[in-house]
Amino acid sequence: MKKLLNTLYITSQGSYLSKDGECVVVRTEDGAKRRFPVHVLDGIVCFGNVLCSPFLLGHCGDKGLAVSFLTERGRYLAGVRGPQSGNVLLRRAQYRLADDEDGSSRLARSIIIGKAANSRAVLRRCLRDHGERVDRLAMDRALAVLDDCAGRLRRPVPLDEARGMEGQAANAYFSVFGNMILAEDQSFCFAGRNRRPPLDAVNCLLSFVYTLLAHDVRSALEAVGLDPQVGFLHRDRPGRPGLALDVMEEFRPFLADRLVLSLINRGEVRARGFVRKESGAVFMDDDTRKTVLTAWQKRKQDEALHPFLKERLPLGLAFHVQARLMARAVRGDLDGYPPFFWK
Amino acid sequence: MDRTLPLSALQHYLYCPRQCALIHVEKVWEENLYTAEGRLLHLRADAGAPGRRGGVVQDRAVPLRSDRLGLYGVADVVELRPGPDGRETPYPVEYKRGSPKVEDWDREQLCAQALCLEEMLGVEVPEGAIFYGKPRRRERVVFDAPLREAVQRHCRELHVMIERAATPDASPGKRCRGCSLAGACMPGASRRVEAYLQRGLDP
Repeated sequence: MKKLLNTLYITSQGSYLSKDGECVVVRTEDGAKRRFPVHVLDGIVCFGNVLCSPFLLGHCGDKGLAVSFLTERGRYLAGVRGPQSGNVLLRRAQYRLADDEDGSSRLARSIIIGKAANSRAVLRRCLRDHGERVDRLAMDRALAVLDDCAGRLRRPVPLDEARGMEGQAANAYFSVFGNMILAEDQSFCFAGRNRRPPLDAVNCLLSFVYTLLAHDVRSALEAVGLDPQVGFLHRDRPGRPGLALDVMEEFRPFLADRLVLSLINRGEVRARGFVRKESGAVFMDDDTRKTVLTAWQKRKQDEALHPFLKERLPLGLAFHVQARLMARAVRGDLDGYPPFFWK
Repeated sequence: MDRTLPLSALQHYLYCPRQCALIHVEKVWEENLYTAEGRLLHLRADAGAPGRRGGVVQDRAVPLRSDRLGLYGVADVVELRPGPDGRETPYPVEYKRGSPKVEDWDREQLCAQALCLEEMLGVEVPEGAIFYGKPRRRERVVFDAPLREAVQRHCRELHVMIERAATPDASPGKRCRGCSLAGACMPGASRRVEAYLQRGLDP
């Protein structure tokens, strides 16, 4: 199996990355240099004003490392990839499937099943662990909606209905998301999703972690030769990584959302680590961002049993496994797409 | 054959058709495969001109091709030995690293090289040899009719598989233990996704 490699996150403004033999050299503005062997990395994510030499970018392309450029606050700007892995047959199969209403709805159904089941599992886990501290009635109502979705998903659903259900499941889940925040601090109040810009600390954390998840899923899809832009549930919109958004769905509740909840509930992020702009937008300060990045990297090292393959693997490899399974489903080597169910 | 495939594809196919499809259709681990091949080519590039060893003319890293089989590749070593009629005849030699015994697919692989040599040179290549194991042992391989037919049959199957670009299902066996692609293969995953989805939906 592929080894779980590290992602290099560069947050120091004005850093310059270059190639020296088989190493990435990071020179920060104060002149300090650090080296990282390329073979221990699976990607580089640059935040804000970070420069990379073209030779390093080419080398990363050759070695299959994804390099992404984000704004300092984590909005995706651009990605640099090497010459395609050349799996044009797979991509053509993917486009044919995306153009086919039936095929798309089959995969879209799998994707929503993964999302609904994992959203449900997250709510249930919270009830089990903190039943006495949450609004049970509201939780039960949300769970009822998710159960109803699950029931309807037992049979094939047309594409537009599938998309409607995705919205219902998300609304029910986020209506009680604030319930799962147990910190006393009022700055971590959550009254629903908002973004671009996020208007509170919780949304700011969610958006940032989703960006990290998107980078990882996107590079895993590219590594197996799929086109991250062409999705089945998420239709093409220029610049939107449709398939990456599709495959992210199953990971959002248990990987991204739970990470945000535990950072807040354990007091690892604090209200004073956020900055409110005059427009009401909320951003993280540098230390908070580093805390989140470290927690994300650590979470990816946790092991879990892959429910479909029955193998233990670090969660960071689950993206690669799911990308491979998606490729199998697209090729027709599997009779559908099996999402990663979190229990 | 309208497409030529590397001899290594035949080798992978003989070992396990699914492994072959993973590498040559799905392009799994392309990078590792190519970096490994690159290293080998690098070693071979240094092999230089034909020399003599113990009175036998020996050429290393010999490029091969057969239009009939639709294969191309490189032979480790081709020696020139006196054939049945006393004339010098090409004699392919393969070195297996550290494997305890010669398998059928090794013989077929060597026979495929012989068929390439026959087509390129217009001569008969009746036999070759495989060196294997520790301590080094040598096994003579006679390219008889059944072996040749097996190579041709498997070559046709290989071309059909690559042409259809479909990965055959896994047939797990003891081969899997030594397979570097076990992770990408996921031999346990076949056609049971719907049952899995239904279980995931259970309350």
